[in-house]
Amino acid sequence: MSTAAPHTLPAATAAGGATVEFRALRRSFGATTALDGLDLDVRPGELLALLGPSGCGKTTALRILAGFETHDAGDVLVDGQPVTGIPAHRRDAGMVFQSYSLFPHLTALDNVAFGMRMRGTAKAERRARAQELLELVGLPQHAGRYPHQLSGGQQQRIALARALALEPRVLLLDEPLSALDAKVRLTLREEIRRLQRELGITTLFVTHDQEEALSMADRVAVLRAGRLEQCAAPAELYARPATAFVAEFVGTMSRIPCERAGAGVALLGRTYPVDGTLPADGPLEVLVRPENVVLRPDADGPAQVTGASFLGAVTRLTVRLTDGTEVKADLATEAAAALPPGSRAHLVLPDRAVLVDRRR
Amino acid sequence: MAQLTPTAGSGRRPRPWRGAVLLVAGLYFLVPMAASVWFSVDDPNGGVQFDAYTGLLSAPGFTDALLLTLELAAATVVVLLVLLVPALIAARLGTARMRAVLEVVCTLPLVVPPVAFTAGLIGVLRWGPDHLMDTPFFQTIVFVQQPEFPLVLVIAYVLMSLPLAYRALDAGLRAVDVRTLVEAARSCGASWPRAVVTVVLPNLRGALLNAAFLTLALVLGEFTAASILGYQPFAVWVYSVGNSQGQMSVAVSVLSLLITWVLLLLLAAAGRERRPAPARS
Repeated sequence: MSTAAPHTLPAATAAGGATVEFRALRRSFGATTALDGLDLDVRPGELLALLGPSGCGKTTALRILAGFETHDAGDVLVDGQPVTGIPAHRRDAGMVFQSYSLFPHLTALDNVAFGMRMRGTAKAERRARAQELLELVGLPQHAGRYPHQLSGGQQQRIALARALALEPRVLLLDEPLSALDAKVRLTLREEIRRLQRELGITTLFVTHDQEEALSMADRVAVLRAGRLEQCAAPAELYARPATAFVAEFVGTMSRIPCERAGAGVALLGRTYPVDGTLPADGPLEVLVRPENVVLRPDADGPAQVTGASFLGAVTRLTVRLTDGTEVKADLATEAAAALPPGSRAHLVLPDRAVLVDRRR
Repeated sequence: MAQLTPTAGSGRRPRPWRGAVLLVAGLYFLVPMAASVWFSVDDPNGGVQFDAYTGLLSAPGFTDALLLTLELAAATVVVLLVLLVPALIAARLGTARMRAVLEVVCTLPLVVPPVAFTAGLIGVLRWGPDHLMDTPFFQTIVFVQQPEFPLVLVIAYVLMSLPLAYRALDAGLRAVDVRTLVEAARSCGASWPRAVVTVVLPNLRGALLNAAFLTLALVLGEFTAASILGYQPFAVWVYSVGNSQGQMSVAVSVLSLLITWVLLLLLAAAGRERRPAPARS
């Protein structure tokens, strides 16, 4: 990093980030399996979100990469080199934690300069660099404040500056926004994304918030029970989920019972091709997103509107089919006005392949 | 609704019972102290005299006893903190079970009366048959009992102050997220020991001072173990002086109380936040 001008980016930018590989990673805590053979590649300079429900192993994977946890089997490689056995303080990985982790006895400037102090950087140089980084995260005027004098969002920005101060090869973000209120979260989300893009640093972002993952990440890796379910770009993950779990975890899904019809399925009097493989046996359900459900007012239709949630330009209707199945449908708010609760409608799905799963 | 919300100062009502409680508590502490001070300066021939205070420094054994006590206190504080701080940090970073075991061990001395404890200590010091006399074990037992600096008292004081110091340090550690701070320091390139020294200990300043002060206060006033083991630190000296010079004995007690208060004030000043008040934006 140059000290010549403010907002100068760390030298790591030019390197284009490191690659990270998890190879058949396993980790158990007593009888609980946190990671069950995780295989995942992170590309240089990308922001990859690790998404999944609580206990799926996403934080464990991150902590193993950071050096705070050990693994039972498998390997972790950074730029092709195994990092097992390298202590955390030599892994060259900056980390921002879920809880506020600024050192309470140090000012914002000293917090950012802490890593450089550990490396023996001269005082004047590290203070100048720390000031630059504070400018980078938009808080140059807070250099002399202590953590207890800063808001949660400001603390996390300074934690980010501190993590970037050592120009790490990998940046690890462990749910850094989860303790913040919604408005600050949105602002900081954009801030992190901007910085990550500018610095080109390989970043792993752990979150259980699908909206956060989809809006920030280049790719999203969905984990379930210690295994990778799918890793894809947000749009692909949403539009073409590889499994029913991913489909339901990312976005809203309704399940509608259907029947087998050759290689496809029959639903509400129509036949649809299947996206992916058709389960070999057992009763089936079609998984459908609210925006893919078409409702037409029809006094004799099989669906009855039971509820409506105003979401702005869109209103989400809940309809009940004759067998009791509840389906969500997103309609333009003007169109939804024609379907008040209690009215009946005809339900149609787009004429394309549908995702099918075993009935629960 | 706004007018229903009480604002600072406006909702306060005079509560006479508060003043009464303060008065009773104040009298409970101040009357015996005032009586002690009066006794120490009262001249039987009428008037006031300060001989009990002015004669202290020249009183036989006063300086030796005070210096010995301060040395013992310093050694006790050092040994206690060196043993307890790493153990408590390790326990906080470890499992809850480890913390529970440590808590039981550290609070155990509370239930052992000092007399019983000292009797046990004497039993240990008498260990070993005569044929072990030339061995390092026997020499160690002799060494810890040397009158110039009885290490055996340091051992005893460390054990006696363990519950107090444990509580003070544990409260300090509960107030900071030790695990996250250590991990944050390590991710910034600090090794384990450096993370503890540069990040954890500065945030335990108040707790460390509390533990040190409580230990100091205990050592200054401890009588039982020192007396039974045959040493004469400050508390034992005060007692022995009391048999022959009642006024001086009370004067010393008053002074030691004042010294303790001064130490308490210094501790409070040192532990106070030196930073500006929070101003969240």
